[in-house]
Amino acid sequence: MEQTLFDKIWNDHQVAELDDGSFLVYIDRVFLHERTGSVALSSLAESGRAVRNPAQVFGTVDHIIDTTPGRSDRTRMPGGEAFVRAMRELSRQAGIRFIDIHDRRQGISHLVSAEQGIALPGLTLVCPDSHTCTLGALGTLAWGIGSSECEHAMATETLRLKKPGQMQVRCDGELPAGVTAKDLALHLIGRHSAAGGRGFAIEFCGSTVERLPLAGRATLCNMAVEFSAFTALVAPDEKTLAYVEQRPLAPAGDQLASARQYWERLHTDPGARFDLQLTIDAADVAPTVTWGTSPQHAVAVDGRVPDPRHIADEQERRTTELAMAYMDLAPGTAVRDLAIDGAFIGSCTNSRLPDLRAAAAVLDGNRVADGITAICVPGSSAIKREAEAEGLDEVFRAAGFEWRESGCSLCFYAGGEGFPTGARVISSTNRNFEGRQGRGVRTHLASPATVAASAIAGRIADCRETTARP
Amino acid sequence: MKPLRQHQGVAVPLLRINIDTDAIIPSREMKRVSKKGLGQGLFAGWRYRYEGDEKVGPEPEFALNQPAYAGASILLAGANFGCGSSREHAVWALAEYGFRVLVAPSFGSIFRNNCIRNGLLPVTLPAEQVETLADSLQPDPQQRRIKVDLEARVIETADGRTLEFSIDEAARKTLLDGLDAIEVTLRHDDAIQAFKAADRQRRAWASLWPE
Repeated sequence: MEQTLFDKIWNDHQVAELDDGSFLVYIDRVFLHERTGSVALSSLAESGRAVRNPAQVFGTVDHIIDTTPGRSDRTRMPGGEAFVRAMRELSRQAGIRFIDIHDRRQGISHLVSAEQGIALPGLTLVCPDSHTCTLGALGTLAWGIGSSECEHAMATETLRLKKPGQMQVRCDGELPAGVTAKDLALHLIGRHSAAGGRGFAIEFCGSTVERLPLAGRATLCNMAVEFSAFTALVAPDEKTLAYVEQRPLAPAGDQLASARQYWERLHTDPGARFDLQLTIDAADVAPTVTWGTSPQHAVAVDGRVPDPRHIADEQERRTTELAMAYMDLAPGTAVRDLAIDGAFIGSCTNSRLPDLRAAAAVLDGNRVADGITAICVPGSSAIKREAEAEGLDEVFRAAGFEWRESGCSLCFYAGGEGFPTGARVISSTNRNFEGRQGRGVRTHLASPATVAASAIAGRIADCRETTARP
Repeated sequence: MKPLRQHQGVAVPLLRINIDTDAIIPSREMKRVSKKGLGQGLFAGWRYRYEGDEKVGPEPEFALNQPAYAGASILLAGANFGCGSSREHAVWALAEYGFRVLVAPSFGSIFRNNCIRNGLLPVTLPAEQVETLADSLQPDPQQRRIKVDLEARVIETADGRTLEFSIDEAARKTLLDGLDAIEVTLRHDDAIQAFKAADRQRRAWASLWPE
């Protein structure tokens, strides 16, 4: 029978079908970070259970650690140090591999997983972090879990799951100039709502997706959780295999040959069935920005804030009004030209080398507008080094951006660092939730190029116009 | 884990869509490597008044701060409740505050799993029925309590109307018996070991060995 990519990976990990309709699924890799991983490790130890297969468990620090140059264990957040130290100490006790703050391999969890070859095509990987779905870009069946489920995965090497439905999202054609995977993701969520992917494992496919670099595929899969999907996948191709084979933890020698054989069958068979199929024409996607407090509040950069009077459903109308009040926006306001106070480039969504290059191309020779706080945080220490080797750090600095050490940083307030109360911020991150980047902070999500163009203009700008300048 | 079979309590409506886990427990309220001490931070962005970043007292407009909803243990919410971050702290905060049942048209999927692992019952009902429940609380939510029966899969309003709900059997069993998920899974340890042995043959490349 024809199988989807998801079917193939699922079937090879199914340990048992249980009598309550759920499945026991084998977990190949577990990744932890200091905020939720520390709790999982300490709770597991308290319950007297051990990590069953420490060789398959990895950890790093990204969420709470400081990202300013010259950093130490100290955090801006009172008590944050305790998370860093607990993660280090508990990792040692549990015998898992831990990538510490000054390790060359340190970075945002999902980037480290990819760079180190912890995530490989066809593996299952879980992490107590919702954006674990990012790794679907490599054809890894990866998803976010809570701390308790993480304990379960470490203690049993399995998770109990209901089998998700399957959705195919096909995008064909060439993305217009200045339009990126981030715009595509926001476009999808804007069109089908933040709950549009509920209950589904998504496969992104089509010529647009095939053409995307792995970084773009990572952005697309990363945003699947903002679409409420269980997770997302992209079928591995030559681009993927060329990348993963070079990773430190990739199989070698004969093992690599058999892995390659295995990986080459990881695609959806022609005629395989999905429960739902959505299509997007790449030509319809414009640079996209959010106006509100949910990723579904996405409009083209030349779009406007909606008028709640036109929303029939009462709860939805009330929710929209609350979002507009929080964002301090009136109905019908043009998103473009909204004055901003801050600009942030970073996060597991958009902090990879192609993201930094795209932003730098816009910034080159320009200056951030007066009064704008502009910060760039590379997603991993490795990316930071590569960017510096290309001189991108100089471009960012010359334009007036801070250039930081890697971590999650201002994507959210976890490290105790946020933008000032009430600030309006354009951000390459994934969540525009209330208070996410600081109390009362108003976040507009966009691509790195749009963030860079907006930082220069001092207002939300169309990156296609900035890039057009010599 | 505390089993949950029947529950009766004061319900509080928070009927907006897409309430995310950052709203349920903001990052800045997750102060220690612990599952405890989170109740105070529940809905902190909405629940308190602030001067700068300092809390200066309760926000009287927020439902949880109103005497009508004092001691609430049932939360009525809009669709996609608990979307966003996987932080289980959201569930620990809700449970520590005293919530035992959440009713919404849909839930974030990681959040929903986290609820079940912590003895918090997520009930899925269509939006109109959640509104009906909210309406049934008035004029006195303290007196007009709601009854939830997980065994029978029904919710009963104070005026005696019953609403049936469905829930998957795995979640229902876990909640009814307060089961420890790890223990339950380890009953299948033979199957896990057999799978591993076969898998090491089939996918030898996928195994990692200690450094």
